[in-house]
Amino acid sequence: MSDADAPGGSASGPSAGGSEAPESATAALVEAARESDLGLVVGTLLAIYAAATLLTFTDGLNSVVGLLETLTFLGLVYALTALALNLQWGYTGLFNIGVAGFMAVGVYTMGMVVRSPDPAFGPPGLGLPLPVGIVAGMGMAALLGGVAALPALRLKADYLAIVTLGLSEIVRLSLQSSAFDNFLRDTIGAGTGGGRGMGMPDNPVRDLFLVDGQAGTPTAFGDLVFGVFGSDGLGISQPILIGWGYIAVLAAFLVGFYLLLERLGRSPFGRTMKAIREDELVADSLGKDVNLVKIKVFVIGCALMGLAGILWFGSQGNVSPTPQFRPLLTFYVFIAVIIGGSGSNTGSVLGGIVFAAVLFEGPRRVGGTVRGLIDAQTPPSFADAVASLDPVTFLAYATENVAPLQFVFLGLVLVFIIHRRPEGILGDRIETAAAVDLSERPAGGESDE
Amino acid sequence: MSSDAPDPSDSAETDADAPNPGDVAATDPVTATADGTIGEPEANDSEVEEAAKHVPSGSPSEAPPLRVEGLVKRFGGVTAVDGASFEVESGSLTGLIGPNGAGKSTTFNCITGVHEPTGGSVYFEGEEITGLKPHQIAREGLVRTFQIARELSEMTVLENLMLAPQGQLGESAIRAVTPGLRGAVVEEETALRERAWETLEFFEIDHLAHEHAGNLSGGQRKLLEMARALMTDPEMVLLDEPLAGVNPTLEEKLLDRIHDLRADGYTFLLVEHDMDIIMENCERVIVMHQGSVLAEGTGDEIRNDERVIEAYLGEEL
Amino acid sequence: MGTTDSSIVDAARARPGLLFVVLLAGLLLVDLAAKLAGVGLGPIGGSLSVDRLGSNLWNGVVIGLVIGLAGIGLSMTYSILSFANFSHGDLVSVGAFSGWGVAFLIAGLGDIPVRALLTVRDAGNASPGAIGAHILTTPGAILVGLVAAFVVTALLAVALDRAFYKPMRDRDGISLLIASIGAALIVRYLLQFGYGSDRRGVTASVDASNLAFDPLGLSVNAHELTILVAAVGLMLAMHGMLQHTKLGTAMRAMADNKDLALITGIPAERVVTATWIIGGGLAGASGYLYVLLRGTIQFDFGWLLLLLIFAAVILGGIGSVYGAIVGGLVIGVVFTTSTIWIPSDFNQAAAFAVMILMLLLRPEGLFGGVTTA
Repeated sequence: MSDADAPGGSASGPSAGGSEAPESATAALVEAARESDLGLVVGTLLAIYAAATLLTFTDGLNSVVGLLETLTFLGLVYALTALALNLQWGYTGLFNIGVAGFMAVGVYTMGMVVRSPDPAFGPPGLGLPLPVGIVAGMGMAALLGGVAALPALRLKADYLAIVTLGLSEIVRLSLQSSAFDNFLRDTIGAGTGGGRGMGMPDNPVRDLFLVDGQAGTPTAFGDLVFGVFGSDGLGISQPILIGWGYIAVLAAFLVGFYLLLERLGRSPFGRTMKAIREDELVADSLGKDVNLVKIKVFVIGCALMGLAGILWFGSQGNVSPTPQFRPLLTFYVFIAVIIGGSGSNTGSVLGGIVFAAVLFEGPRRVGGTVRGLIDAQTPPSFADAVASLDPVTFLAYATENVAPLQFVFLGLVLVFIIHRRPEGILGDRIETAAAVDLSERPAGGESDE
Repeated sequence: MSSDAPDPSDSAETDADAPNPGDVAATDPVTATADGTIGEPEANDSEVEEAAKHVPSGSPSEAPPLRVEGLVKRFGGVTAVDGASFEVESGSLTGLIGPNGAGKSTTFNCITGVHEPTGGSVYFEGEEITGLKPHQIAREGLVRTFQIARELSEMTVLENLMLAPQGQLGESAIRAVTPGLRGAVVEEETALRERAWETLEFFEIDHLAHEHAGNLSGGQRKLLEMARALMTDPEMVLLDEPLAGVNPTLEEKLLDRIHDLRADGYTFLLVEHDMDIIMENCERVIVMHQGSVLAEGTGDEIRNDERVIEAYLGEEL
Repeated sequence: MGTTDSSIVDAARARPGLLFVVLLAGLLLVDLAAKLAGVGLGPIGGSLSVDRLGSNLWNGVVIGLVIGLAGIGLSMTYSILSFANFSHGDLVSVGAFSGWGVAFLIAGLGDIPVRALLTVRDAGNASPGAIGAHILTTPGAILVGLVAAFVVTALLAVALDRAFYKPMRDRDGISLLIASIGAALIVRYLLQFGYGSDRRGVTASVDASNLAFDPLGLSVNAHELTILVAAVGLMLAMHGMLQHTKLGTAMRAMADNKDLALITGIPAERVVTATWIIGGGLAGASGYLYVLLRGTIQFDFGWLLLLLIFAAVILGGIGSVYGAIVGGLVIGVVFTTSTIWIPSDFNQAAAFAVMILMLLLRPEGLFGGVTTA
C-alpha cells in the first residue's frame, strides 16, 4: 500500500507517471486499490486492523497485536474455506452445504495418521510423518467428495443441499460415536477419540521457534524473534508471536489456493464450470461431459476443504466433533462467500476476512468492551432484564449475552444480502473464464487497416 | 466416454492434418488478416469462408447424415411421437413442420439425447446414436439450438463462443493449472479466441463480444446460439425455431447465414412453425402430424398435398 | 423389450441400487426373525425379546407421528412455494417455547412468578414438579398450551413470510433457501436470547402415569397416548380440510401446477398465507408435543430435528402431505429399531442414511409422482 503512494512519483515516473499524473496521492491510492485485487485485500485488512487497534489500544501493545493475530488467523482460514466452496458453488453452482463434514474428515484423517501409536496419550494413531497425514486427509476428503458428487449428478440443487447436509451430519455423528472409535481402533489401529476428540500433532511452526515445541527452550530463530518483539523488546507474548509465524504459513497457502483456483477458473475447464452453473443442458448439448466435470469439481473442492480443515483446526490443539463441526460452520463459510459475491475468488478472500472480523469476532469484542463500560449487575435472565424496566440493566444483559444477538445479526445480514445485493458486497464482477485476455481483440488478428 | 468416437479435436497442433480451412484460418492469423473486409459486412463472403467455413468432412459413406426410424416417445400415457421415420440428405436444408403438438420438439429432443426414445432408432452418419447422452451426440458432430434461446447469461458473448469447441486441451483440470502444461492451453486459447472473433464477425455480432449474453436482445441471442453451435465444428445443425421472435431484418440476416453455411456443405434440419419460411427456404420439407410423418417432399409437393392441407385445416397455409 | 416373464429381472438389472436395498431389507427381516426366535446362525440371529421390539416400535411410532406432523408443513411449503425451508425446525422450537409458556402459566399461576412460567423456567428457580404440568393433573393447561403453540407459530410463520419470503416470490429456490437459513438463525437465536440456552426439564412426573398393555408387553405412558391422540386428530383435521374444503382444493391445485392454478383464478397469495398458517401451526404443535414426549426443552432442539423432518418428507415424496406422515412414521421406526443392529449413537445417522439412499434411488419418494398437495 505505502509503496503505491510514496515512490509512485519517482519510481514509476518514466512509464505511467509522465502521461497522466494522479490528481492527489490519496485519490491515486484509492484508485490503485480498487484496480488491483491485492490492494483491495490489503486495504480491507488495514481498515480492520485500524478498527481493532482503536478498540484495544488502551490495553497495551500485547493486546492489540494479540487481537490482530486472532482476526488475521480467522480471516485467513475463512478465506481458505470460502475459496474451496466458491469453486463448487460460485463457479459450478453445486450447492454443497456439507462443508463442515469435509473439513472434519480432512483434519481427523490427518490426526489419525500422524498421532503417536501409544494409547497413553489418548486415541492411538499410525505415527506417520505430518506430510503423509496432510495428503491422506485431503485424499479422504476428496474421496468423500466423490461420493457426495453422485447425488449431484441427478438431483436438483435443493435436494443436493439436503443430501450434503445429511452427509456432514453423518460424519459428525460417526466421529462422535465411541462405537465407531473402537471399531477403527480394532481394524486400522487408529481411533477418533469419540465425543472427547483428539489432540492434534505438534505444529511444525512452533518447533521453528521452540526446541521440540517446549516453552522456555527457544531455538536460535526463536531467540532472535523473542529478543526483538518479546518480553525483552516490545513485550509481546510468545504464543502471539508464534501465532504470527503460523499466519505467514496460512498466507502462503492462501496465495497457493488463490492461484490454483484462478488458473482453474481462467481456462476451458473454468468455462465449462460456468456453463454448468448457467445452464446444464446447454453445456451438455455442446458436447461437455457435465457429470465428469461435476465429479472433478466436487473432488477438487472437497480436497481443498479437507486441507483448509487441517490448516484451521489442526493448529488449534484439540479437535472434537460437536462444537466444531456443526452445520453452523458450513453456514459461516457460506455467508463469507455470499458477502464477497459468489463466483469471485477475490470476493471469497475478502468475504472471508470481512466475515471473520466484522461478523464473527467483531460483535463479541465490541459487546465485551461495551459491557466493561456499564456499571450494572447482569440480570440472570432475559425476563429479569425486562422486568427490571431499566435500560441500563437491559443493556448489561444484552452485551453480556452478545453471542445470540450476533447470530441474529448474521441472519439479518444474510437475508439483507439475498434481498438487496444478491451479487455480494463487491457487486457484479466479471471473472474472465479463459486462459487468455479477452478484454480486447489482439492486434495480430485485427484486420481493419 | 465413447472412446470409439474420435474427438473432432480442433487443437492448434493438428493443423497439418486439419481437413477444414476454418481451423487453418484460426491457427494462422495472417490468412485471416490478408483479405479481411470488416468495414463492409455485406460483402464479406470471402471472409465468411475463411472464418466459419468448415467443410464438413463430406460424409464419405453413402449414408445420409441423419436417419430416424420408427421413433416412438411416450410420456406416461401420452404418445408424443408415434413411429416417425425420415431422412435428411447430406448438405441439404431440410424443414420440419407440423401443427402445434405434432411432436416436432419431442422428435428433436429424442434425436439430440435430451429425451430417451421409447422405441425406434436414430442414426447419424450411419452410426446408431439412439439413447446416447446429449454430449456424446454433440461430439459426433450433431449439434442443436434451442427453441427459446438458452444463452449462458452471465458469460460474455465471447466466452459463450469459446466454450463450444470440442476436446479443448484446457478442459482437463490438470492441464489448466500445471505450470508446464498450461503453455499449450494458452496457445490453443489464443487460436480459439481468434476463431471466435471471426465467427462473431460472420454473424455480425462482434460489437457485442464483451456483453454479458443475458443483456442481448431476443434476436441477438438466436444469432449467438447459432454461432455457438457452429463453433463446435458440427457436421449437422438442428435448428429449433431459430426465427421465432426475431424481427424481420434479423430474420433475413439469419436466413442468409444459414444459406451461406449450407453452401459450404453444412447440413441443416430446421423446425419452424411458419410455413412460408420453410417453403421459401428449404429444398426438402417433412411434415409431421400427430406424432408421425405425414408427408415428405419439395415445397411445391407439400403445398399441394391433400393430407397436409387437411392437417393444417383452419390454420393458415 | 423384455417380455413380461423377465420383467422382474429387467427391473433389477435397471435398478441395481434398488435390488441391493431390497436384499438388505430382506436380510434384516430374516435376522430379526432369527433374533426373536433366539436362534443364532453365524453372524445373524442372536436374541431379542418381543417386549423390546414392541417398545422400540411403539416409541418409533410416537416419534414418527411428531416428525410427520412437523413434516406436513415442510412438505406444503415446499410444494406450494417451491423451496426447502430451513427455518422450519426453528418454527418447531417456537411452538414448544410459546406453548409451554402458556401451559405453565395456566398450570402454575398463583404460586410461581409469571416470568418464570412464561419463560419456561429460564427465570427464577421453580422446579418442574412445583409447576406440575402433566396431562393427568392439568389436562386443561396442556390442551390450551397446544392451541397456543399452534396459534403463535402460525402467526410467526406468516410474519416471516411477509418480511422475508414475500419480497422474493419470483426468485429461485436456492435464494429462498438461503434466506430461510437467515430466518432460521434469527428465530433460533432470538429464542436463545429470550429463553436462555440451557436444556431443562419441563413436565412434572406423576405416579401411575404408565399404562401397561399386557399381551404385547408394552408400557405406554399417558403423554405418549396424548401425543397419539393429538397428532392423529390434527392429521385427520388436515385430511378433512384438504379433501372437503375450497381452500384444500385450491392448495392441491397450487401444489400440482402453480401456473395453471394462477390462470384458473385461484387467489395465490391467500393460499400461500393459509399454507403458512397451517404448516407453521402444525410445526408449532409438533414441537410442543415433542417436548411433552421428551420432557425437556432446549432452544435449538427444533433445528436438530430438522434433518429428520426433511428425511421424513423426502421419504414420503416432497409435496405430499400423506407422504410426509408415512415418511415420519418410517423415519421414527428406523430411528428406534435401528438400535437392534447398530450402536445407539448411530441411530440418527441411520435415519439420514435412509434419506440419502432414498434420494439416490427413488428421488420422487415412496409414493412417487402422486401429488396429493
